Amino acid sequence: MIRATFLALATLFAGVLCAQHEQAPEAINATEAHGEHPGEVEEFNAGKLIMGHIADEHGWHIAGDLSLPLPVILYDTRSGMHVFSSARFEHGHAAYDGYMLNDGRIMAVDNAGNIDEAGSKAIWDISITKNVVSIFLVMIALVLVFSSVAKSYTKRVGQAPKGLQSFMEPIILFVRDDVAKGAIGVHKYERFMPYLLTIFFVILFANLIGLIPFFPGGATLTGNIAITLTLALFTFVIVTVNGNKNYWHHIFAMPGVPKWVLLILTPVEILGMFLKPFVLMIRLFANMAAGHIIALSFFSLIFVFGATSAIAGYGVSIVSLAFTIFMTFLELLVAFIQAYVFTFLSALYIGAAMEDHDQHKESIV
Amino acid sequence: MLLASLVEPAFGLIFWMTLSFGIVFFLLAKFAWKPILSALHERERSIEDAIGEARKARDEVAEMKADNEELLQKARAEREHMLKEARDIRDKEVAEAKERAKAEADALLARAREDIRNEKNAAIVEMKNKVGELSILVAERILRQKLEDRTAQQSLVDQVLKESGKTLS
Repeated sequence: MIRATFLALATLFAGVLCAQHEQAPEAINATEAHGEHPGEVEEFNAGKLIMGHIADEHGWHIAGDLSLPLPVILYDTRSGMHVFSSARFEHGHAAYDGYMLNDGRIMAVDNAGNIDEAGSKAIWDISITKNVVSIFLVMIALVLVFSSVAKSYTKRVGQAPKGLQSFMEPIILFVRDDVAKGAIGVHKYERFMPYLLTIFFVILFANLIGLIPFFPGGATLTGNIAITLTLALFTFVIVTVNGNKNYWHHIFAMPGVPKWVLLILTPVEILGMFLKPFVLMIRLFANMAAGHIIALSFFSLIFVFGATSAIAGYGVSIVSLAFTIFMTFLELLVAFIQAYVFTFLSALYIGAAMEDHDQHKESIV
Repeated sequence: MLLASLVEPAFGLIFWMTLSFGIVFFLLAKFAWKPILSALHERERSIEDAIGEARKARDEVAEMKADNEELLQKARAEREHMLKEARDIRDKEVAEAKERAKAEADALLARAREDIRNEKNAAIVEMKNKVGELSILVAERILRQKLEDRTAQQSLVDQVLKESGKTLS
């Protein structure tokens, strides 16, 4: 039942993805056209298209000329807070209030319009970008979904799960029984359940929303290194705070090892302490970004071939479409797998940091 | 430049992500995970309890069945025992009755024999007496007839005595 629903949803996503990307080049061409080279149709640039979809932006480009302006919030160490709409930048063609968009980044400019490198370093950009809106959407979805699920639990005490609750329950039970209990241990897992469930569902929701190619989705949150960095940082803090005597003992003075070996081992262990969250960050980011880049690359092929001849474009489109649909399904799978892997490894690190026994468990990096 | 922006974490995103994640983590932990996990735990425990109770009830039924079986077995054995006892008593009584009857019959027979012997003896004595009387009578008659002759008398007495002694011995 659940699988059937998912297949149906995935097919829908794939279909919409196709529909949207079929329009994409015109949109790109249109914006390029009225930009730097008026009247001249720019050549199709696959790299730019893909990066445009992966990267963050101030303002949310929806379709064609339609785009949603988002608030720009800057803290300039020289002049304090600046809040204004991203529409003021006119897609990077205009400077406002002494700031300007340069390749998606806000830079300080002088009155003549020249970029002021030193001034740019003084800017702390906390604008509500496309990804920030996406974060908010994910978080709102999470709170709505799980407050409703929690309500079902308090309302239907002792009864079989129903609706959304029965969809989430196996996942919650999976995180509890197969991830937390297995990695942390039956006695200590309960304290970490809220954290593990939260990261699991944040990543899962972000991954799934990233799969939707049009407006409310489209922003690949987990394909952004800042997001995965933050998540990994949370895990790092929890592991470090909960590390017991044993954990620190293993890092700074591995038992049963000659003193001179410690000279080599201790730096390695300290490095490993930071490497674990670093790997968590890279794994999720690389998996999600790569999946999107591949799916978009298959699409770009249509237009790369289409630029040489229309027939070649149509011919390739069939193959590209098949591959993109395949990639979307794969991404759907990866969305679950990566959420699981991140949560599982986090649990494993927490479990290893709280281990009581003297035997050294091989940690997975 | 584009690629660099891909692997360079943006400060604003980290800021907003930390803030939102922190808030959502707090909200979910307090208002979602806590009731959900405790409800799951509660339900699991109630299911476990129910299974335990069912198992206990089943065990009780089995025990009761075993008890019944035992009781039945006992009752059967008792019946068997009673029947056997009854049979034994009956047999014993029959045997006793037989014994008694036999003894009685024997006693009766013995008494009858005794009686017969007594009667016989009495009859013999009586007969002897009768024979004596008869002999005396005969002898009297003969004597009356023949006792004119003294020798004849003597020989007759001798002869009679001799004969009677032969028959009576």
